[in-house]
Formats: sequence, structure tokens, C-alpha cells
Amino acid sequence: MLVAISFYLLAFVAIAAAFMVVAARNPVHSVMWLILTFFSAAGLFILMGAEFLALLLVMVYVGAVAVLFLFVVMMLDVDFVELKQGFLSYLPIGGLVAIILLVEMILVGATYFTGANAKTVVDRSDESNIEAFGRVLYTDYAGVFEAAGFVLLVAMIGAIVLTLRDREGVRKQNAMDQMARTREDGVELVDIEPGQGVG
Amino acid sequence: MTAQLIQFWGELSPLAWFGVKLLQVLAFVLPLALLVAALVLADRKIWAAVQMRKGPNVVGAFGLLQTIADALKFFFKEIVIPAGSDKFLFILAPVLGLVMAFTAWAVIPVAPGWVISDINVGVLYVLAISSLGVYSIIIGGWASNSKYPFMGALRSTAQMVSYEVSIGFIILTVIFLTGSMNLTDIVNAQEGGLFNWNMFRLNPVGEHGIANLLLFPIMFYMGVLFFISALAETNRPPFDLPEAESELVAGYQVEYSSTPFLMYFFAEYVNIMLLCSMMTLLFLGGWHAPIDVGLENPIVPPVLWFFIKTAFLFFLMAMVKAIVPRYRYDQLMRLGWKVFLPTALAAVILVSSWVVFFGDKIG
Repeated sequence: MLVAISFYLLAFVAIAAAFMVVAARNPVHSVMWLILTFFSAAGLFILMGAEFLALLLVMVYVGAVAVLFLFVVMMLDVDFVELKQGFLSYLPIGGLVAIILLVEMILVGATYFTGANAKTVVDRSDESNIEAFGRVLYTDYAGVFEAAGFVLLVAMIGAIVLTLRDREGVRKQNAMDQMARTREDGVELVDIEPGQGVG
Repeated sequence: MTAQLIQFWGELSPLAWFGVKLLQVLAFVLPLALLVAALVLADRKIWAAVQMRKGPNVVGAFGLLQTIADALKFFFKEIVIPAGSDKFLFILAPVLGLVMAFTAWAVIPVAPGWVISDINVGVLYVLAISSLGVYSIIIGGWASNSKYPFMGALRSTAQMVSYEVSIGFIILTVIFLTGSMNLTDIVNAQEGGLFNWNMFRLNPVGEHGIANLLLFPIMFYMGVLFFISALAETNRPPFDLPEAESELVAGYQVEYSSTPFLMYFFAEYVNIMLLCSMMTLLFLGGWHAPIDVGLENPIVPPVLWFFIKTAFLFFLMAMVKAIVPRYRYDQLMRLGWKVFLPTALAAVILVSSWVVFFGDKIG
């Protein structure tokens, strides 16, 4: 009873917030609604007993990805009202994508309900969440998992290479040089005769 | 005792279960609120003592009521909402910050069984909730509709997100050593006196024998790193660049006044206490006494040990505030990404190898 109420509440909030992501006029508000969607999805995960996945969703998507979204959206100086004026010209391609997605979702739903080819890939209901995840990721599918890690590493190095450039005339502080400096390097005592400058 | 009580009432009716839970939450929130008042005063008194001043000493005996007087003042001031600001988000941001600061306490065990929710992924829960706390800062800065709070919010958020990464890796070493993410399990694994605590693993006759000594330099260093990262995570000096009083105005909270400002202030101190208690649980043995006397009929009750350790860590934080000069922003980022993150990563590799080779009883 309580589970059913929670499920419908969370599902309703998730869908309504997802709709508001598209409908909100202010892009910052859109990101806020997106965060609410993630959060409700995490709640749904907890209802299904996947508390590890739920907390990872909150940590990674809400705690890191959405913060970066907010950073970018807040600092972009784009006139979003102007962008929306070209709405009609994007309608055909947008509608096409929407129809493809809808058909795909209906297909997935239909196969699930008819029960065709439905099989559980991994059943580890006897273990706790984290143990089950660890066993699947690090033993059964270790190669694929590490390949995914490498893809992310390559993307990260790519991003660093794109921004790493040596500009002329930029002075940077070298922390090691700074710490290796002694009093003898930095201070010079000069005995100045009266009436004469340092010269 | 409480567990049985909850089970009894929970079977009776869900409403009674909510009632018991509510009482539990109140039993945490009210002492926390009082403690915050005491800590703010202690902070100012310690700071004053280092600088040979007297600190607040007018309201009440020794100035004990100063914080309460300050809080009352904030309550009765007018809330000024800047023109052109996003009113809803402007008010939501501090509320969110305070709620998230308190929510994280739901999984903190202060004594055996004294915890609202003893979940399996407790450590992860604390990390997830504290990463949500970042939103109160960034939303507050943006909703103020002013350049300075916005820049302050960006700096503050960048700082918190950076140090969260190294905090995550530092906590990972403790999780490896325990083989569990449950905070109660982590504390129980450190039972048996000072030299079994994660930060001082020097027990040559304990569970893992002489191999423990190999771990000591790594884990001691991790404890120190966690403390420094906690300073950066809570925007405490010497990493208080977002609100550097002597240079800037107040960072992301420039436009805040009255009760919303009080909420930010309150949330900050609740978060400081949270990180102090996390350090107590992860590195300093939680409620266990430094000399192994067992938990049966101890002279000092377990909750008091927890409190003493947490208060000592807060004292250290206050001393750091009084003694250490402020970092520059690029130095702060360099420290976080180029020093803490690589060392924490190296420690994760070393500790996990240690667990593979010596820690056959873990996990």
C-alpha cells in the first residue's frame, strides 16, 4: 500500500518534472527540473531495492553532472527567447526523433508484457547490492568494464589536450621553485654610504 | 531497546511508526541545534584567546548567550529580496542547504545503536547528500541576480566539488580496510584501543599482526588529508576564499539577510560538525575509548567518547582558523588536484594491495 503510493507519487513527479525540463522558459529552471527528475528516479530505484544504484545516481548525476550543466547554463550568454523563435523550423526533425523514440518505447513495453524473450541476465538476489554489482562488474564482465573505463580516460585526455596550450608571455608560479627558494636567494643586504644611492 | 520499540509500534500501525521516527529525528536535531550555538561561541572564544582578546563576554555569564542573542537578532530583521532576483529560488536555496545539512545526520551513529537509520550504504549516503548541499550555494549565488554573489558561488562550488573527489578516495581506503560501507561496521572494526583506530594502526599483536605497521604511515597520512579536505569542503579558513571577510564581502551570501542568512550560517556549522563526526567515525574509532575497556559498563559512556573526539576535531579547526594564513585560489586548486588527488589515488592502490596480501579476514 505504502509502496504503491510512493511509487505513483515518485513516478508522477519524475514525469511531470521531465515535462517541465522542456517546458520551462528559463534554462536554469530547466536544469533544476532535470535535477528533480534524477532525484525521483533515484527514489524509484530505492523502491526496487537497488539502494546502491540510487545513491550512485544521486552522487554522479545530481552531484556532479548537473552541477556542470548549471555552470555552463548560468554562464552562457545566449538569448533563449531568440532561440525559441526558430521553433517551427525545427519541428519536422524534432517530431521525427520524437516519433522514433515513441515507437521504440512502445516496442520495448510490448515485448515486456507479452513476455517474449524475457530472461534475467543476472540473478543475485541472495547478495547485497554492492556485492552483486562488484561481482558482475569485476569478474563476469571485467574486460568490458575496463574497456568502458578506457573510453572515458581517452575522452578525459582529449579534453585536457584541447585546453593545454603554451601561450607566450604568460608567467606562471612554479611551486617547487618557490619552495626551494632560500633567504640567501631572495634577500641581499647592501651597505649604503650616506649621500650615495644603491647605484 | 529502541529497535524493539520501533518494531512493536511499526507492527501496530504505520502512523505510530512515523511518530517514533519523528521523535528519533527530534532527538538528533534539537541537541544538534544547541550544539551549533555552543560551537559558534567556542569558535569565537578560541579565536579571541589566540589573539589575546576576550571575545564575546557581555550577554549572559562569560557571553554564553551571545549566539542566541545573535540568532534572535537575525529572526527579527527584515528579509531583503533583491530586485530582479528569482524570488522562489532565492528563498529555496538556504532552506535546501539547511535541510541537506541535517539530512546527512540520519546515518551517523553516535553510540552503539544510537542512529536513525543504520543502512548498508551509509558512507555513500553521506557523500551523496553532501554533494547535494552544493546546490544551495550555487542556486543562492545565481538567484541573487548580482555579479559578486554569482562569482562567489562559482568559486565556492568549484572548491567543494574539487575536494569532494579526494574525500571520496580517502574514504575508499577506510572502506577497503573494513569491507563494508556501513558506518556502524566501520566503527566496530576499530574496536580495542587507540592502536586499532584507523589513523593509528600500530597494533603488532592484533588481527593482522605485524603487517599492521605497514599500514600506519598510509592511514595516518590519509587521516591528515581528510582533515584538511574537510576544512576546504566546509569553506573553513585557511580555505575560506569564497567569503574572505578581509578581502571580499561574503561571497555567495552577499545579498542574504535576516533568517535566510541565518540558515546558511547554521547549515555551515552543521556541516562542519558532520565532517568532524565523519572523521571520528572513519579514523578515530567512533565511540570506542582509547584504552580497551569494552562497552559493558564503561566509566565514560560511549556517546561521550564520540562527543569528546568530535569536539577535539572542532577545536583543531578553530585553531587552524586562528593560526593559518589564507590560501590563494590557484594554490587551493593546485593543492586539491595536484597533491591530494594523486596521493589519495596512490593510497587507494597501496591499501587495496595490502588488503589482498595481508587482510585475509576482510570482506
